[in-house]
Amino acid sequence: MSTVVVEPQSQPLAPQPTTPWKPTRKTQFAGAFSIAVVAIAAFAIVLLTGLAGIDGFGLTFLVVFLGATFVRTKRLNPKVRKDAMVGVAICAAAVLAFFPWMSIFVSVVVKGAKGLQPNFFIENMQLTTPDDELNMGGAAHAIVGSIMMVAIAAVITLPLGILSGVYLTEIRGRLTFLVRFVVQSMSGVPSIVAGLFIYTTFVNYTNSFSGLAGSLALAVLMLPTVARTAEEVMKLVPDDLRSASYALGARQWRTSLMVILPTVRSGLTTAGILGIARVIGETAPLLLTSLSNNSYVFNPMGGPIGSLPTYVFGLLQIGTENSINRAWTGSLVLMLLVLVLFLTARYFGGKDNR
Amino acid sequence: METLKQGEIKVVQDSQTSVTTVSASQTTATAVRGLETKNVHAWFGKHHVLSDVSLQFPERTVTGLIGPSGCGKSTFIRLLNRMHEFIPSAAMAGQVLQDGQDIYAPDVDAAAIRLKIGMVFQKPNPFPAMNIRENVLSGIKLAHLQVADHDAIVESCLTRAGLWKEVKDRLTATGGSLSGGQQQRLCIARSLAVEPSVLLMDEPCSALDPGSTLRIEETIKELAEKIAVVIVTHNMQQAARVSDFCAFFLTDGGPGYLVEADATKKLFTNPSDTRTADYVQGKFG
Amino acid sequence: MSVVPSVEATPEPRELSVIYNRADRIFRRIVTSGALTSLILLGLIGTFLFVRSAQIFNDRGLRFITGSNWTAGSGDGVILDDFSIGPMLTGTILVSVIALIIAMPLAIGGALYIEFYAASRLRKLLSTLLDLAAAIPSLIFGLWGVVLFTSFGERWSILLNSRFGWVPFIKVQAEVFGRSPFVAGCVLASLITPIITSVSREVFSRTPRDLIDTCYALGSTRWGAIRTVVLPFGRSGVIGGAMLGLGRALGETVAVYLLLNIVFRYNFRILESEGGNIASLIALKFGEATEYELKALVAAGFVLFLLTLVVNMFAATIVEKSTRRK
Repeated sequence: MSTVVVEPQSQPLAPQPTTPWKPTRKTQFAGAFSIAVVAIAAFAIVLLTGLAGIDGFGLTFLVVFLGATFVRTKRLNPKVRKDAMVGVAICAAAVLAFFPWMSIFVSVVVKGAKGLQPNFFIENMQLTTPDDELNMGGAAHAIVGSIMMVAIAAVITLPLGILSGVYLTEIRGRLTFLVRFVVQSMSGVPSIVAGLFIYTTFVNYTNSFSGLAGSLALAVLMLPTVARTAEEVMKLVPDDLRSASYALGARQWRTSLMVILPTVRSGLTTAGILGIARVIGETAPLLLTSLSNNSYVFNPMGGPIGSLPTYVFGLLQIGTENSINRAWTGSLVLMLLVLVLFLTARYFGGKDNR
Repeated sequence: METLKQGEIKVVQDSQTSVTTVSASQTTATAVRGLETKNVHAWFGKHHVLSDVSLQFPERTVTGLIGPSGCGKSTFIRLLNRMHEFIPSAAMAGQVLQDGQDIYAPDVDAAAIRLKIGMVFQKPNPFPAMNIRENVLSGIKLAHLQVADHDAIVESCLTRAGLWKEVKDRLTATGGSLSGGQQQRLCIARSLAVEPSVLLMDEPCSALDPGSTLRIEETIKELAEKIAVVIVTHNMQQAARVSDFCAFFLTDGGPGYLVEADATKKLFTNPSDTRTADYVQGKFG
Repeated sequence: MSVVPSVEATPEPRELSVIYNRADRIFRRIVTSGALTSLILLGLIGTFLFVRSAQIFNDRGLRFITGSNWTAGSGDGVILDDFSIGPMLTGTILVSVIALIIAMPLAIGGALYIEFYAASRLRKLLSTLLDLAAAIPSLIFGLWGVVLFTSFGERWSILLNSRFGWVPFIKVQAEVFGRSPFVAGCVLASLITPIITSVSREVFSRTPRDLIDTCYALGSTRWGAIRTVVLPFGRSGVIGGAMLGLGRALGETVAVYLLLNIVFRYNFRILESEGGNIASLIALKFGEATEYELKALVAAGFVLFLLTLVVNMFAATIVEKSTRRK
């Protein structure tokens, strides 16, 4: 007898990849069918007991589904039954967790779209009352005001925040602990307190509400965010890069400006954009510093100024049908701005990790 | 004497002597005790990574899977306890038989299979949130197995893994307080607690120092007195020391395939294929 | 010639000094001034809040925190200034705690669902949407709460009251439902759930893959692996996320302002239509405040700031402990 070596045999029919562990069509269909049965049963129960609304149906569906799962796993291992029941519970928790913001996304689009007419972006509220029809008036003043205040806040905050980040990672002088501690503590300042601070100092001193006051309040909120994100982004730069630069004889300022900063350029842009996205929807600080206005104000020191958040807030408090519709439209524009900022940050944030 | 399918190679070790007889036969196989694969393939998406592997892993033997990296040895071993399917794009073909039953049959409980076919990984990974005793018992707890005497199981598994004497006074210490070799033996003890009939080991000593490696090899030889062990290793000397049979895998840039499988002594001293000879002499890999 | 090795003791390390050239000195000066400016500006705020509050605390001591009146004096000595934040402080904590209790199980469940139950394409989509949801301004949650949620909140409150009205903190004195700490807590819970879910999901995704694989290799189910490995691993990260959410809820102004009637009475009945929190108090009273009242509002803001500071510090130490351990 001799040993035979096994060689890969050329088979007449090449084997096809299969996935025997995935549920077959039959099992999938059975699963979908049983969910439909549970839904019908839940609906019947709701009709019989008079539980109202979508929440009543949801609760009944969950209870019936849990019961069905319990019965289905009767003969199986207890660990499999526990796994199945917990699976249902986790899916239910997920539905409850996601529902509010999904509902907000949908509502903002559906309810806000009505008012999204050209006049919304061109006119202001000087000559229209909030209760007028949606084809009159607009929020152009609010959009302009928001952009102006955020821009001023960014101009103040971004350089300071980035310099703080550079200080904490590159220079690491004697103030490091103090700077880090203060930045960390101040990132928890409630937005209303930031507004109150500016109110009792700047507004009091200049004796008027103004766009600049609003910008300062927003800057108070932005600065810690920008500084912390800048520091985190710069900490990610590997020390090898710095070592290589110093080993070539480069001085510190050259290393920082020409080696480190370009490496983290997208990260720093993200820091700035995140800071902006955080404050663009802030209402509370603006209520105390820039108030609101129905017409255009282009002078930062020219008295109360309109902004998207205060625009929406004011309309919400009036509470008539048309004003609420305007509020939804304002919210839609606000969400679109946040979305644009968010996508821009995503785009830049990915570029560093090439 | 078990019979074989045509073209299949079968290595039989006579338990009385150390003579190996090799035979090829025309008739079909009867149920083999232990693990067996028949014409097994593996894919990741459309990428064919393992081609037509048929091997047997009888009870009370140690089988080494050797070959250069990238030949699909780790993929193959993960097919044996149905861990391959956790990768999203995974697909397979062929049969894997445990005591004659296909473990990929439609109504098979994969979790139950994994109780019978255990696995030890390359990097020692005791559960960090548990102490030594809890680690050993973790498999029993996860499987909801009814066990009368927990202490007896802990002692017996740690003894079989060669760790009992070193830790019997500090069973409540965390796994992290052990050295790398000790941690790996703890992982072996943990796998033994659910009483598998096969233990798969994916390069269990590659992260360890030579001293720990030798101790684990002793443990493997002792374990093989009761169960089957399949060990993937890059270290040919280890394969020579520890295994009864060896299977040599290779790849030509395409899917990995089995070149030769034979008794270890024969494979290392007088292999049938020149590629095997080149590999075991260190000419490549 | 052989060299005899000397047997002296190891020498002392040399003192090294760095001299920067002019360009570097300018660079360092600019950067340091930038950091110093941030330090001064932010430190100024903290100092200012402290100093302005000091007078109030000096005048009133602990009564500021425990008393339950907010009356502006009439200036002529007939009615005296009497400012205390007691009910507002308890209201802040009450509403935030309700929000956290509701949010935590939902957030953990949501995070586990995304990481371990959802198909990979759904997982990527949900993660992105979740991050976007965490950026929704709280004003919009307030709008949604007032317009869309209040009817649900009312219905649930009536149901809770009818079934569990015998429990002390659930029964009500006035059968008016709709603007209660419970409803405000529900809306706040919706507000803070995305951020807690996002942080938890990120922690869960960093669970070492081989620990999870080991569980499966031991014959575990999906829930077995989650319970044994994922949850213990992610515990500190989840708590850190919870503290982040709590901090956000404590300082929330607009949503509470729109959903709660500010009433100066200690109220622990969560279905009762009265309450308030410090942030909405400031928003309500600042407009017509006298100078002294303004100082009281600053003191109230300072107390709120201290509260969120403690929570944030706690979160930071927990997160740091967990990253250090790994």
